[in-house]
Amino acid sequence: MPTVNINVNGQDLSAEVEERQLLVHFLRDDMDLTGTHVGCDTSQCGACVVHLEGKAVKSCTMLAVQANGKNITTIEGVADGDNLHPVQEAFRDHHGLQCGFCTPGMIMAAIDIINRKPNLDEKIVREELEGNLCRCTGYQNIVKSILAAANK
Amino acid sequence: MYNFIYEKVNTIQEVEKLLSENEETKILAGGQTLIPTMKQRLASPSTLIDISGIDELNFINDNGNSVTIGSTVTHNEVSSSDIIMKKIPSLASLAEGIGDPHVRNMGTIGGSIANNDPTADYPTACLSLNAKIKTNNREINAEDFFIGLFETALEENEIVVSVEFNIPKKSSYMKFPNPASRYAMAGVYLSVFDDAVNVAVTGASENGVFKWTEMEEALSINLSLENAKNIKLSSDGVMSDIHADSAYRANLVDIMALRAVENLI
Ligand SMILES: Cc1cc2nc3c(=O)[nH]c(=O)nc-3n(C[C@H](O)[C@H](O)[C@H](O)COP(=O)(O)OP(=O)(O)OC[C@H]3O[C@@H](n4cnc5c(N)ncnc54)[C@H](O)[C@@H]3O)c2cc1C
Ligand code: FES
Ligand code: FES
Repeated sequence: MPTVNINVNGQDLSAEVEERQLLVHFLRDDMDLTGTHVGCDTSQCGACVVHLEGKAVKSCTMLAVQANGKNITTIEGVADGDNLHPVQEAFRDHHGLQCGFCTPGMIMAAIDIINRKPNLDEKIVREELEGNLCRCTGYQNIVKSILAAANK
Repeated sequence: MYNFIYEKVNTIQEVEKLLSENEETKILAGGQTLIPTMKQRLASPSTLIDISGIDELNFINDNGNSVTIGSTVTHNEVSSSDIIMKKIPSLASLAEGIGDPHVRNMGTIGGSIANNDPTADYPTACLSLNAKIKTNNREINAEDFFIGLFETALEENEIVVSVEFNIPKKSSYMKFPNPASRYAMAGVYLSVFDDAVNVAVTGASENGVFKWTEMEEALSINLSLENAKNIKLSSDGVMSDIHADSAYRANLVDIMALRAVENLI
């Protein structure tokens, strides 16, 4: 089996992986980082979104070997110790989650949106959330949380 | 997914060598089509060649009258490229309308055209902007490249190196996205050159992307809504599925064409 060297949340890791192992299973099963979820497994829901070199990608649609030599950030890596990331805080303050299943992917997507788009408004946020599904909230408070975090 | 051998390469020569050694080998670019297909076991290559690290495939060039995009350039890189936004804004907005941000961060132009999905966006740009597709051993005009459903002129050992688009006087791409997947249920790419008006259509035909010559002729006489309104796409040979039957889809194409014209006058 090939060996991969991946920096996950600031830590250099070296591991043997099967070629066909998806990045999401490497993170969840091998690294015990179970914050990244699998919602659909058909590349549509965005529950599995992580950052690859700072950009949002679907970890269910990528092989672990493709991340060799790269930096990955998961939901476990965004807070600063006990201090939540501003986007996490905004989701808490604005009730941006109900069951919480979609939330890790939503937050990783939201951080990416805020990084890329300087002047966010509701329309842009809704368009940018194209790749993230939520079965609970109706998106209202998710959009509110992202706008609040962007304006902080 | 069945297992395979994974090779990450740095040069086109290495790709050629690996492709010639084994028929069951496939190129992996952004993986946004291939990996879902392999997960469903609809594809089971014995070897995957990851081309994402080949520097000579990753560039955007401004050649004056044309722009060239290397095959591993992602949709996100095209949509945020200063060159593309300035020279062919409709191409930047086409790229920004593909799937969702996560797909756009991985998916590539080379993968999209090599796959030639009948509802994909880039093939319309290639036909409408008289693109030349450069491979490791020849140059293919877009009109000869897209052959049918998921079928292109690429040979077994051929790899897309880059795509060169001519810069039009003006152009517009209008698509009606499938509400779930964002692939086109109808997409129309209209470009105006000094000597021609080109109209390419995706999402509609059972044979994949095509040039809509009746509309081109009408709009060459005069680029007007009136002329566009006189032309209707026949629903013969138009796809029909749970999302839209052929008459509805053909009508969507008419509407997208009107919107594209409206955008340019
Ligand atoms: C949720 C979702 C939504 C999407 N929505 C859209 C949409 O709205 N519009 C749209 O057009 N597309 C859409 N796509 C498809 C997306 O654009 C893909 O990125 C693209 O079709 C394939 O590019 P890739 O780089 O991911 O290729 P891969 O998946 O890596 O490869 C696709 C095929 O092309 C071959 N290939 C790749 N590169 C080359 C090359 N340089 N030379 C020769 N062969 C090559 C591979 O062997 C494979 O057969 C969507 C995908 C997903 C998952
Ligand atoms: S689990 Fe990856 S997109 Fe749904
Ligand atoms: S909060 Fe339950 S799926 Fe989004």
